[in-house]
Amino acid sequence: MAVPRYIKDEKDQILDVILESGIHVKPSYTPEDLEHIGFNYEKDVADPGKYPFTRGIHPLGYRSRAWTTRQYTGFGSPEETNERFQLMIAHGQTGLNVAFDLPTQMGYDSDDPMAEGEVGRVGMAVDTLRDFEIAFKNIQLDKIGAGLTINAVASIMLAMYQAVAEKFGYDAKVISATPQNDILKEMIGRGAWIFPVEPAVKLIGDTIEYSMTTMPRTNPVSVCGYHIRESGATPAQEIAYAILIANAYIDNVVARGYNVDEFVGRFSFNFNVFGDMWEQIAKFRAARKLWARNLKEKYNVKKAQNLFLRGLFGGGGYGLTKAQPENNIMRGAYYALVAALSGAQTTALCSFDEAFTIPTPHSALLSLRTLQILMDEMGLRDTVDPLAGSYFIETLTKEMEQKIEEEMEKIVKYGGITKAVSDGYIQRLVARQAFEVEKGLESGELLKVGVNIYKEGAPMDVELHEYNYETAEKQIESLHQVKRERSERDVARTLKALETATREGKNVMPHLVECCKAYATLGEMTGIFRQIFGEFQEPGLF
Amino acid sequence: MGEQKRIKILIAKPGLDGHDRGAKVVAQALKEAGMEVIYSGLHKTIDQIINIAIQEDVDVIGLSIMSGAHIPITQKLFKRLGEEGVTDKFVFVGGVIPGKDIPRLKGIGVAGVFPGGTPLAETIEFLKNIVK
Repeated sequence: MAVPRYIKDEKDQILDVILESGIHVKPSYTPEDLEHIGFNYEKDVADPGKYPFTRGIHPLGYRSRAWTTRQYTGFGSPEETNERFQLMIAHGQTGLNVAFDLPTQMGYDSDDPMAEGEVGRVGMAVDTLRDFEIAFKNIQLDKIGAGLTINAVASIMLAMYQAVAEKFGYDAKVISATPQNDILKEMIGRGAWIFPVEPAVKLIGDTIEYSMTTMPRTNPVSVCGYHIRESGATPAQEIAYAILIANAYIDNVVARGYNVDEFVGRFSFNFNVFGDMWEQIAKFRAARKLWARNLKEKYNVKKAQNLFLRGLFGGGGYGLTKAQPENNIMRGAYYALVAALSGAQTTALCSFDEAFTIPTPHSALLSLRTLQILMDEMGLRDTVDPLAGSYFIETLTKEMEQKIEEEMEKIVKYGGITKAVSDGYIQRLVARQAFEVEKGLESGELLKVGVNIYKEGAPMDVELHEYNYETAEKQIESLHQVKRERSERDVARTLKALETATREGKNVMPHLVECCKAYATLGEMTGIFRQIFGEFQEPGLF
Repeated sequence: MGEQKRIKILIAKPGLDGHDRGAKVVAQALKEAGMEVIYSGLHKTIDQIINIAIQEDVDVIGLSIMSGAHIPITQKLFKRLGEEGVTDKFVFVGGVIPGKDIPRLKGIGVAGVFPGGTPLAETIEFLKNIVK
C-alpha cells in the first residue's frame, strides 16, 4: 500500500515512481527484466484464449465480438427508466444496466417511512412486478441482457425479472440477467447491506443454484472489486478481495453438493479503471491469470471456459472531479482506453456530471459515444492484447500478480474473508488507504488536474438532473393501486410459502418468483427475511 | 489563555445511502486534528442520530449525504432538534451537494456546507472557529 507518487529532484526530474499497490517503476525495461522475473511465455501469458488467459479469454478478442456497452441507467419512475432504456438502445447500446433507488436497494416499499425523500432519486423505484412490466416494456429480453445493480435483495429482483419475462412470453431459459448480487463487497464498500453475513451469502448461493437449472443464461453473481476500489482500496487489494469473495460464494454452493464446473462459468466481475494506466492494465492481466489458477488449483475446475474471468471493466467514478467537470469527458476516454487495452468483455463509463448528479441524457450519450469511438474508429479491435511482450507490461503484470497474492495471503492469515468483513478488518484497511490518498492529494504528492494543479479557469455550471417530488407521490399511488387490485389470498399464500422455505433453509428462489407473480411487494418479501435473518451489525471503524 | 476545549463531533450517515468513503476520510482527518470523533455507522434515522448526539454530548453534528436527499434530511433533523429543545449543537453537511443548494441549507440552519472536493483543512479550520 502506498500513496501513488513521483519522487522528484529540484529540477522536476523524476527519480522514482511509486504505484498505489506499492510497486516501484524503473526508468526503462529491457530483456533483462524479463529474465530477472523468470518470464516464461507459455506459463505466464500464453496465447489469447489459452490458460492462464493473461492475454484474454478469447483467441480473437474484439475481432470476434466488440465489447458490450452497458451504461448505468435508471431513475425516477419505471416509465422514465423505460424511456431512457429505449433512447440508449436506439443509439447503439448493447446491454442494460439498471439503477435502483435506495429504498429498493434496501428492501423498503416506496410508502415506507424509511423511504421518505429517497423514492426514485438515484435510480428506479420498484415495489411490485407492475414496475418491471413498465420498465421492460418493448425491450427484447431474449436479445438484450440486463444488469441489475442490486445486492441485498438481488434474489428478489432476479425472481421479479424471471416473472416479468414469463409474463411477456419469454422462457426463463432464454433471458440473461446479471444481478450484481455481491453482498460482501457492500459490507466493505457501497453500504447497501441488510442481512448478516451468513444468511446474506446463503441467499446468493440460492440464486446460483437456482440459475443453473432455471435460468442458465443468467450470470447470477457479478463480484465487484469496483466498489472496494471506490472506497479506497489499492488496485491489488481490489482484485485480491474480489477473488476471495468469489471463493466464499463458490464454497456456499459446493457445500450443497455441486461441482464447481457446474456453475462457476456464469460468474462475472466488475472492476474499476481509474489510476495509473499501466498499473490498471497489469492488474487486469494478472487478475485473469490468478482467477484461472485459483479455480484450477484450489477447486479443480476442469473445463477451460469455466476458468474465464469475464468482466465489466469501467466506471472510474473516484477518478472524476467536481472541479472543471468537462475534464471528466477526457478522463472517461482514457479510462475507456484502459478497459479496451485490458480486454474488457463489457464496459460502461461514469458520465462527466456524475460527481454532481445522476447523468442527464446528454452526458450519458457522450459516455456511450466515447466507447463507440474507441471501438469503431481507433483500431482497438485490430489485434488482441496489443501490449503483450512489452518488457515493462510483462514485468509489471508479474509484480502485480505477486502484490495481489500478498494481499490475499493477509486476509487468509487473518482468518478468511467472511471473518475479515464481519470484524471490519478490511473496512479499516480500506478506510486508512482512502485517508492516505486524500492526504496525498492535499499535500500535492498526488497530482490531480483542476484539483491541486492547473486550477485556473472559471467554475462551470453543470446541467443537473432535477429530482421530481411528484415521482414519489405517483409511485406510492401506483403501489396502492396494485395492492387494491391484487388477490390478497394469493399474496398471503405465496408469502407464507416463502416464510416456511426461509425458516427451513430451503432455496427461496422458486417461492420468490411465485410471490412476485402474485404482486407481493418488495417490502413484504424483504420483511420476511428481516424477521428471520435479522440485520448486519456494522463493525466499529475506530 | 485557557486550555482549548477538545471539540467533540458526531459524523453521521443519515438515511439509506451507503457511500461512506468521504465520511470516514473526514472522521479520520478530524481525529488527527485532535478532535474527538464518533462515527454513527450507516443507515441511521434522524432520531437515532439525535439520540447519539445527546447521549455523547457532542458539540457538532456532521451529516454526510451522497444521494441528493440533503434538503429533506436536513429539514427533518432541524425539525426534530427543535422538538427536542436541542439548540446547543452546530450542524454541518458534506457530500454530493450542488452549489445552488448551499444557501438553502444555510437557511434551514446548517452552519457550514462542505461538498466533496473541499480541502480537509478548510473543514477543520471551520470547526475550530465555530466551537469556542
